[in-house]
Amino acid sequence: MSPATGPVVWAGSKPFPRAARTQLAKSEQRATLNRVTHQIRRKRAVVVGERDDWEELRRAGEQIKTRVLRHLDIYLEQAERSLVAAGVTVHWATDADHANRIVHALVKETGETEIVKIKSMVTAEIGLNEFLAQRGITAVETDLAELIVQLADDLPSHIVVPAIHRNRREIREIFAEHLPGAPDTLTDEPSELARQARRHLRERFLRAKVAVSGANFVVADTGTLCIVESEGNGRMCLTLPQRLISVVGIEKVIPTFADLEVFLQLLPRSSTGERMNPYTSLWTGVTPGDGPQDLHVVFLDNGRTDALADPVGRQALRCIRCSACLNSCPVYEKTGGHAYGSVYPGPIGAILTPQLRGMDDPVDRALPFASSLCGACYEVCPVRINIPQVLTHLRAKAVEHDRVHGRHHLERLVFRAVAKAFDDDDLYATGLGLGLPVAHRVAGSDGIHWLPLAGAGWTKSRDLPRPPQRSFRDWWSDQGLDAAGGGSIS
Amino acid sequence: MSARETILARVRAALADVPDSEKPDDVAIPRDYRRSSELAGAQVLDLFAETVADYGATVHRSRPGDLTVTLAEICRRRRVHTLVAPPGFPEQVVTGAGAVLMRDGPPMSAASLDRADGVVTTAALGIAETGTIALVTGPGMGRRALSLVPDVHVCLIRDDQVVATVPEAMDVLSDSATEPITLISGGSATSDIELVRVEGVHGPRVLHVIIIESGPDT
Repeated sequence: MSPATGPVVWAGSKPFPRAARTQLAKSEQRATLNRVTHQIRRKRAVVVGERDDWEELRRAGEQIKTRVLRHLDIYLEQAERSLVAAGVTVHWATDADHANRIVHALVKETGETEIVKIKSMVTAEIGLNEFLAQRGITAVETDLAELIVQLADDLPSHIVVPAIHRNRREIREIFAEHLPGAPDTLTDEPSELARQARRHLRERFLRAKVAVSGANFVVADTGTLCIVESEGNGRMCLTLPQRLISVVGIEKVIPTFADLEVFLQLLPRSSTGERMNPYTSLWTGVTPGDGPQDLHVVFLDNGRTDALADPVGRQALRCIRCSACLNSCPVYEKTGGHAYGSVYPGPIGAILTPQLRGMDDPVDRALPFASSLCGACYEVCPVRINIPQVLTHLRAKAVEHDRVHGRHHLERLVFRAVAKAFDDDDLYATGLGLGLPVAHRVAGSDGIHWLPLAGAGWTKSRDLPRPPQRSFRDWWSDQGLDAAGGGSIS
Repeated sequence: MSARETILARVRAALADVPDSEKPDDVAIPRDYRRSSELAGAQVLDLFAETVADYGATVHRSRPGDLTVTLAEICRRRRVHTLVAPPGFPEQVVTGAGAVLMRDGPPMSAASLDRADGVVTTAALGIAETGTIALVTGPGMGRRALSLVPDVHVCLIRDDQVVATVPEAMDVLSDSATEPITLISGGSATSDIELVRVEGVHGPRVLHVIIIESGPDT
């Protein structure tokens, strides 16, 4: 076993049910999330509806990723050969700390104390910014939403739009307080706020010597890296500095350049609801006279091989980080991303986080239960990850983990008792005969509104109907009918 | 054991359930999605003009002889006084367009690119279904920073360079797969504030696409 050692889950996170309660109390956040998730769902539905071959694209995307995962060693070695042939230095990192140390050494070598960054889930996963900050290196996030999160010392709550839980009024306040040079007259118009980000970051782009990125795809047969973005901050980071360090999860490899034709259709429509995102950059190693002449790729494991070892859970590694499952999830739209306690929130986070980290922490064991299993996530997933299937699979693992470690769920004890009663006719009849009249009297005429102890969780948001005075089987035997029912009715 | 060997060994151990006899190609990839479009050439061009404009870019359709006039009109409207052109760009188009030509040879510094008002490039191809233009590092399109740092990007594309679908585009681009490629769909934009699309963040805030119509006069 080699689970993720990096943060993935933020320090101090509470298991989902408790964290969700805290988040649900934030009414302004709930209103914002409700509005934006529904809006992005509609946008996605329109552009997906334009494609009469959407299902064919999904199946192709699914199978390309499946092929890579089932033969990942071959594709990693091929990708490495292609990258090296194109002039890229390839590093391998077994875990978060290892990757952080590699990146730190590469930055330190240049003598720079400030680097620019393209939004990247994997560097959030390993906690790179914090690692560098402790060693005197400032990592400037250049994606607008990441900048908002960084300025507010907040946590990201969405894979594509990390500041999705903030509305324009809050963002204006964050900029007014924390963005150097923000004018007093700053309004909450999104275009005005974007203009301020441009002004703030432009000089940093122009002077940056080192950039750190992730990658959306690594093409094994050519050694091409692909970054899909909107704002142009990615292009700035990929083009202007001298050294570019790309940290890439080992599952990001795709076999051929031609395979991009599938993902470049699936990703933007699923993610931001656009036919194509504003900018997609493809680069293959060093090109004299164009862009950084000093390229590094860090292949990262950090628990991915653990996920790969589970034939059911493995499919989570197909994920292309589009966020469609977050946007369509009835749980996410209410709780937001912070309740998941992980850099990977939402349905995909609920199956990815515990697989990267293992089940030893209660936060990870709670995540597979953070779902109503409605299946909306599976329906929108561009690479057909059967998230409900993996959720139930991981629920079983979580319960098994508890059993092995001697933790007994009340639910388990209750069901053990129920099983015993169902198994024994006399016990069942006696139980009902004794229990029902009491329950009937206690309930009162309008049902049960309150149960004690473990039952409190149920009645907190639901009523129970008043139980009948006697059981159906009691009533039945009074009718003088034989056990087979039948004849006497006619 | 090196980290590389460790990771590859972990991968192989994790895939113990995959039969040794299985080869990558044994995992079938169904490719029955659409590769081409039923639209005729003129309709593809109309669709391209429509989808590019959908992103807030401005589309012009110009005869080869009218390019300078079109460019002059854009420069006047966008107050472009200095215009960068990459090596290999047909400079006669810029002559008479009312802006001072700046050549990227020897390469301009990032700071001087930042001071230029605009840039004019050719394109490698256009994609009608998505409203995308593709730039490949080389003659007429230059290096990637050129079409990125100045605030106004004017892109010239021949009508015969516009394809209908993404797969058709990737077919064409596979010939230059190892050159830097940038796919551009509209001006730079963000949806990071309440998912409202705002045009213009770090890349050029203004994009003009001039489709050069070389077909016979009607």
